[in-house]
Amino acid sequence: MLASIPVRLWEHAAGWEAGLTQDTTVLEVSVWRGTALDGAYELFEVPAHENQTILDVVSWIQQYADASLTYRFACRVGMCGSCAMMVNDQPRWTCRTHVKKVLKDRRVRIGPLRNLPVIKDLAVDMDRFFDKWVAAGGAHVPSAGRGDPIPAVDPEESARVKASAGIECINCSICYAACDTVAGNPDYLGPAALQRAWTLLNDAKHDARAQILDAVSGTGGCHNCHSMGSCTVFCPNDLDPMSAIAGLKRETARGFFRRRGG
Amino acid sequence: MRPARAHPLWLAFVLHRTSGLALALFLPLHFWVLSLALTQPERLDAFLSFTEQPIVKLAEFGLVFLLAVHMFGGLRLMALEWLPWSAPQKTLAAGAVGIAVLISGTFFLQVV
Repeated sequence: MLASIPVRLWEHAAGWEAGLTQDTTVLEVSVWRGTALDGAYELFEVPAHENQTILDVVSWIQQYADASLTYRFACRVGMCGSCAMMVNDQPRWTCRTHVKKVLKDRRVRIGPLRNLPVIKDLAVDMDRFFDKWVAAGGAHVPSAGRGDPIPAVDPEESARVKASAGIECINCSICYAACDTVAGNPDYLGPAALQRAWTLLNDAKHDARAQILDAVSGTGGCHNCHSMGSCTVFCPNDLDPMSAIAGLKRETARGFFRRRGG
Repeated sequence: MRPARAHPLWLAFVLHRTSGLALALFLPLHFWVLSLALTQPERLDAFLSFTEQPIVKLAEFGLVFLLAVHMFGGLRLMALEWLPWSAPQKTLAAGAVGIAVLISGTFFLQVV
């Protein structure tokens, strides 16, 4: 273990030097500049490296080519969900998208997320996304207080398995940008908010479960979903919002018949 | 901007929608032709002899294709939304139905 460290450092230094001196390859990067109403793609030439993410490319442009480029990022390791953008017209988390994976003839096109208003360049206004998250009943309401004993949670229990399936959501809005139903109906709550609702509906520690079915069965609710599945295809964390929404459809239908029967 | 949509679930959605639309356009025409039996029988006979053309046979194949695609698309959608099964379970079920249709279809063709 100890012996391997100097070798790795040496390799790293050699690679770095090669990157600095033999920068013959250049990426042609089109980046959206302006707002949604008024703007255009601007071409930047960015030095190519062996290991490079789309976020690295955007950061290089901001640091070395045009300091006025506006974009959003925080953790750089796929946890915070703030760096999502359209890469070659597909929604992606840019910090975990390797340039090689999306490059077409040394070219790549980077734009702001779809279905959300553009503030400037690559930064979109996420308010609508998070407002819908709350509107779907996504805010946690604890079922026990600080003084109460901690209830046991069985990870194998069927409802808990359903709840656990969606808890790794990082709210990056990629599913929201991928969804054609959101594009066609601005009132639709969208995959992320509905998946959150499904998670809380199955969470024994959530105290407002009865309200969730009302919140998701209204005008912009789960029944707008056409099961196109783009949310599930594009989710960077391999979650399955489409199946979560199908779960909400089943539960709201069951609730409807139960109410009529009772 | 348009995200790439060439994934199977989206294509299945489009196929289901377009086949449904095409069938909806066909039905009024179909009923109108049937109504000729009561109103103008000689015109219906003329139309029926026209349907012997190979191009009409091809169109009939298209019609059966639309019906099959729409029916199985609808079954797929109902299984997707109403049966909380795992993906492999659904694949197995769809495979079983597919094979059953193939075998019974072959049997039916032999009988006919």
